[in-house]
Amino acid sequence: MFRPFGGDVNPSLSLTHAYGPVFMIVGFSLFVACAMFALATLMGPKVKPEDRGEFKDTPYESGSPSSGAQHVKLSVKFYLTAILFVVFDIEAIFLYPWGVLFQRLGWVGLAEMLVFLSVLTVCLVYCWKKGALEWQS
Amino acid sequence: MLFWIQAFVKIALIVGVLVNMAAILLWVERKQSAMMQDRVGPNRAAIAVFGKRFRLAGLVHSIADGIKMVWKEDWEPKTGDKLLYRLAPIVALVPPLCLFAVIPFGPTLYIDHAREMFSPAWATEATARTVPLQITNLDVGVLFIFAVAGAGIIGSALAGWASDNKFSLMGGLRAASQMVSYEVAMGLSLVGAFMIYQTVRLDEMVAWQQEHTWGIFVQPLGFVLFAVSAIAETKRVPFDVPEGESELVAGYFTEYAGLKFGMFASGELVEVCTSSAILVTIFLGGWHMPFFTDRGLEFIFRGASAVSPEVAAQFVASHTMTPGFDASQGVTTASLLQHCANAFASVNGSFVWHWPHWAVVVVGLGNFVLKAAFLIFMQLQIRWTLPRFRYDQIMKLGWQMLLPAALVNVLVTGTAILFFNGPSGG
Repeated sequence: MFRPFGGDVNPSLSLTHAYGPVFMIVGFSLFVACAMFALATLMGPKVKPEDRGEFKDTPYESGSPSSGAQHVKLSVKFYLTAILFVVFDIEAIFLYPWGVLFQRLGWVGLAEMLVFLSVLTVCLVYCWKKGALEWQS
Repeated sequence: MLFWIQAFVKIALIVGVLVNMAAILLWVERKQSAMMQDRVGPNRAAIAVFGKRFRLAGLVHSIADGIKMVWKEDWEPKTGDKLLYRLAPIVALVPPLCLFAVIPFGPTLYIDHAREMFSPAWATEATARTVPLQITNLDVGVLFIFAVAGAGIIGSALAGWASDNKFSLMGGLRAASQMVSYEVAMGLSLVGAFMIYQTVRLDEMVAWQQEHTWGIFVQPLGFVLFAVSAIAETKRVPFDVPEGESELVAGYFTEYAGLKFGMFASGELVEVCTSSAILVTIFLGGWHMPFFTDRGLEFIFRGASAVSPEVAAQFVASHTMTPGFDASQGVTTASLLQHCANAFASVNGSFVWHWPHWAVVVVGLGNFVLKAAFLIFMQLQIRWTLPRFRYDQIMKLGWQMLLPAALVNVLVTGTAILFFNGPSGG
């Protein structure tokens, strides 16, 4: 039963009929979300002008006075995580078509993917040893 | 035109059910937390009819919450990005609602000959118009789920950035970083399932599981990895550092009030529902149960269908004296084998119970809903059992445990398939 992504199972489903409902559900969900937002905006009473002021409009920091600029310096770890995510998520994307066709590729396919995976595993081990995955320090 | 009407009806039903599930889960959570942690929940809201007050076991509180949220003061921070601030809750709520588009939630419904819906086993795909109980049957299947789930990250990141609050910013960053990390483990945990099913289409995964066995039995590690990653993606309690109230007030939605906050909260609860539905479809057989076919219940044991001549001869030799076998009419091979087949059918049993079509559809739908409800219950149970993890523990679990485990799962699955099946060639 070789069916690459199952394209030949239901040939009557054209591109329009396959993706039309996707746009419909996105549109419907957007409608629901926007309706909730509109309800909150229209029904919610506005802030009275006399309430405006220091106490109403400062960013909430557990009740203590705000300690200055809002955009603080952030740990570089977040950027490292983002970069690692790109690397490994693309690895996962490469594995999908291979996984679907795996039973046709056999041992050769497994060996080839092993080479690819071992390169990325070395990368993971390197990051690990360098401490890129450590958040404790 | 009928196609689009059907699609619209299905979409309206699914989105409606999901939005209401958020309110119902809120109630379930209150009941569960009251029971598990000895909390006294909110217990006043009631509907008064002629002086009598009906609390409906606390269900009224979910409605009261919704009404209260709508009429909350509509406050917005003075500084910060107004447009992104307003966009964030919408972006956070839409992806979880759209995820359901590719999930098959029941068997195919045949809508022609409505009169015959009530007689058993009448429909054939060739004669009847079909309504698949799935909003759309995409070729990319699971990839669509990952793409849309990935878009959910943007909502919390935007909220954190646009609120112009240190705590919000920290919460947004934590949320983005955590979800991105678990997206990797989540993506890799399904590769083993793809290797076995040889497809990424969800309806074919369900068909495979009907034909063979449930995915959880061939991919137990994959199931656990995916379930843990899915819980982490919902940012709920063991993984809720993005909104940890003891550290960040409320994380990325600190500066949101009323229904705008409610949109984040209901988005989370909808995610619980959709992740359970995805788990059910990929690992727990979707809308199937054992012996359930598109005609009803069929228990067919191997012995009844395949009888080799040797077994038949042996069986006949031991049964020629059984009542019902009339030797006086002359014993031919054909009559022997006929008797043999009858005997096997009665001894081993091939029990077939065909239902009307509507019953098959209802039971299929019920299977899906029950399994999903069970997984939702398990997720809520986990939420009220475990304490919050530290952030470094969460990142360690994602990158140093789940990711290597997912890679090992891929290798073990591959080796096992080739070792037991051999390269099948198609």
